[in-house]
Amino acid sequence: MTWAYFWSLLSISLHAMVPITLAAVGEVIGESAGLFNIGLEGILLLSAFTGTLGAKAGGPLAGLLAGVATGLAVGFVFGLICAFGKGNQLIAGVGLNLFALGFVAFGLQVLGSPGFHKVPDGSQLPPIRTPVGAFSPLIPLALALPFFVHWLLGRTRVGLRLKAVGENPEAADVAGIPVEWVQLLSTMAGAALAGLAGAYMSVSWLGSVTKEISAGRGFIALATVVFSGLRPLLALAGGLLFGFFESLATWIQSLPGVKEVVPWQFIAMTPYVATLLVVAGVIGRVRFPKALGVPYRRE
Amino acid sequence: MSRLGQGLRPLVESLIAGLIGLGVGALIMWAWGYNPWPAYRVLFQESFGSTYGLAGALANATPLILTALAFAIGARAGLFIIGAEGMMYMGALAAVAASLPRLPAGLHPLVSLALAALAGLLWGLIPALLRAFRGVHEVISTIMFNWLAHFLAFYLVANVLVDPVRAEKTISVARTARLPLLLRGTDLSLGIGVAVGCALLAYLWLWHTVSGYEVRAAGANPEAARYAGVAPRATVLGVFAVAGALAGLAGAVEAMGRPPTYAVYSGLTNLAGFGFDGIGVAMIGRNHPLGILPAAVFYGGLQAGARLMQMWAKVPFEVVRAVQGVIVLALALPELLRILRRLGLLRRVRRHA
Repeated sequence: MTWAYFWSLLSISLHAMVPITLAAVGEVIGESAGLFNIGLEGILLLSAFTGTLGAKAGGPLAGLLAGVATGLAVGFVFGLICAFGKGNQLIAGVGLNLFALGFVAFGLQVLGSPGFHKVPDGSQLPPIRTPVGAFSPLIPLALALPFFVHWLLGRTRVGLRLKAVGENPEAADVAGIPVEWVQLLSTMAGAALAGLAGAYMSVSWLGSVTKEISAGRGFIALATVVFSGLRPLLALAGGLLFGFFESLATWIQSLPGVKEVVPWQFIAMTPYVATLLVVAGVIGRVRFPKALGVPYRRE
Repeated sequence: MSRLGQGLRPLVESLIAGLIGLGVGALIMWAWGYNPWPAYRVLFQESFGSTYGLAGALANATPLILTALAFAIGARAGLFIIGAEGMMYMGALAAVAASLPRLPAGLHPLVSLALAALAGLLWGLIPALLRAFRGVHEVISTIMFNWLAHFLAFYLVANVLVDPVRAEKTISVARTARLPLLLRGTDLSLGIGVAVGCALLAYLWLWHTVSGYEVRAAGANPEAARYAGVAPRATVLGVFAVAGALAGLAGAVEAMGRPPTYAVYSGLTNLAGFGFDGIGVAMIGRNHPLGILPAAVFYGGLQAGARLMQMWAKVPFEVVRAVQGVIVLALALPELLRILRRLGLLRRVRRHA
C-alpha cells in the first residue's frame, strides 16, 4: 500500500465527516431542548438544492448562506408545528422528508436536467490546497464546531436553560423560561446547521446536486446522535467514524481487483451496515432528556 | 349529533389538510412560473373524471393501500416503521423469482404472493429483533434496511433475475402467475381485491379480536398494556411481521398485476416511492384501515393525473409528492381545527360542526 492510498482515504473520510457531524451536532442542540427532528434528511436535500441555486446566483458564499437560510426556514416551520402546535414530531419529520423529496425532484425537472444539476466550477467553494491534497474549508469548521457547542451547552447560561427545557419543561416553565421559544430557537439552530451541511454537499464537496444526494445521511446523523448520547464531542467522534465507513466504501472500490470479486452494490452497503452495528452496540448505555419527543403542555 | 361530529372530525381535518397541501402546491407552481389552475384542472379531470382515469387511480392505489396498512398497523402499536419501501422491493423481487419454477395456473399466483409476503416479513426481522431486544429505534434501523434493500435490489435486478434479452429489466412474471386484469385497456388488476381484502382483514383484526385490541392498547398506553399482561416483545415482533408481509404484498401486486411488462426495472423506477407514499396515505387515512382505502384512491388518482398534468400543462409531476408532504405536516398538528378557528380562518365550519 502506498501513501497516496492512505491520503485519499483520509481526504474522503474528512469530507464525508462534515455533513454528518454538522447535522448531528445541530440535532444534539435541538434534542437537548426536547425536539426530535427526523426531517434532517429532508433539510439536507432541500438545502443542497437551494445551495446550488444560491451559488449560481451569487457565488459559493451565497450558496452556503442559502443553505443556512433554508435550514432556518424549515426549522421555523417545524418548531412552530411541534413547539407551539404540540404536533407529533415524528409525523412532522416524515412530512418534511416527503416534501423535500417532491420539491427537489420538481425543482430539478424545472431546471431542465431531470435528477441532476451541476454547480458551475466558478461557483464552487474553492478548496484549501495542501501538499497532501485539497480540502474543503468547512472541514476545520466541522472539527471546531462540536467544541463550541460542547462549551455552549455545558458551560453557559443559555445552554443550561436549553437543557432544562428538554429535561423538565414543567420546572423550566415555573422558573420563568419560555419553553416554546427555547424549543423553537434550538430546533432552528439545529436545522440551520443541517442546512449548512446540505449546501456543503452540493457547493463544496460534490459540486452537483441530485435527487439522492442526501443518501440517508440525515438518518446516519440521527444514529450519530444516538451514539453520542447528546454529547457534541462524541457526535464529532461518530461523524468521523461514519465518515470513515463511507470513505471505506468508496476507497475499496478504487482498489485494483476488488470490483471483479465483490459487486459494487455490496460495498456500497458498508456505511449502512456500520451504522446499524454501532447503534445496536451502544444503545442502552446512553441516556436522553426525559421530555424528548413529548410535546409540553402547561397543566 | 355530537357523536357524529366526533366521527367526522378526522375526515374534516384530512380534507382541510388536503386543501392546505394543494394550496402550497399551487404556490410552488406559481413561484416557478406555472399557472396552477389549468394544471390542477387537468390533474383532477384526468384522475377522477372518467372510467379510464378512475381505473388508473385504483391501479395506483393498489400498492399504496398495502404499504399504508403496513405503516398504520405499526403506528397503532406505537411503532414508527418507515421500512415499507425496502420490504416492498424484496416482495416484488420474490414475486418475480417465484416465476422461475413452473407451477399450475391456479396455484402460481398464490405461491408468488405467499413468497412475497414472506420476503417482506424476513426483511423486517432484524429491525424487529433490534427493537425488541436491544431497544434500537425503528426509525433508524428501518431506514438503514431501506438502503440495504435498495442496493441488494439493484444487484438482484442486474445480476440474478435479469432478463437475458432486455438487460434493463428483470424477467417478466410468468403468465400463469399474473393477476388478471379487471378492465380491458387499463392497468387495474385483481391486485385491488388483494389490497382491499387485506384492509378489511386488518380492520377486523385490530377492532374485533383480542390480539388486535392488545396491539392498539400497546400503542395507546405501553405502561398500562404491560401491566395488563400484554407482552411488549411479542407485540413488537408480531406487528413487524404483519407490516413486513403487507409491504411485501405491495411489491408483489405491482410486479404481478401491472401490464405490459410484469417486471422490475433497473433503478427500481417502477417501484421507488410506494413505501414512502404509503406513510402519507396512512396519515391522510388517519391510520385506520377503512380510512386508508379512500386516502389511497385520492393519492393514487393524484399520481395518475400528475403524469398527464406533466404532459398537458408541462408541470413536473413530482410536485404532487411535495403536496403530500405538506398534507402530512398539517396532519401532524393534533388540533388542526382548533388552531384554524383560533386564527379566525374557520368560523363558518364551527357553526356547522
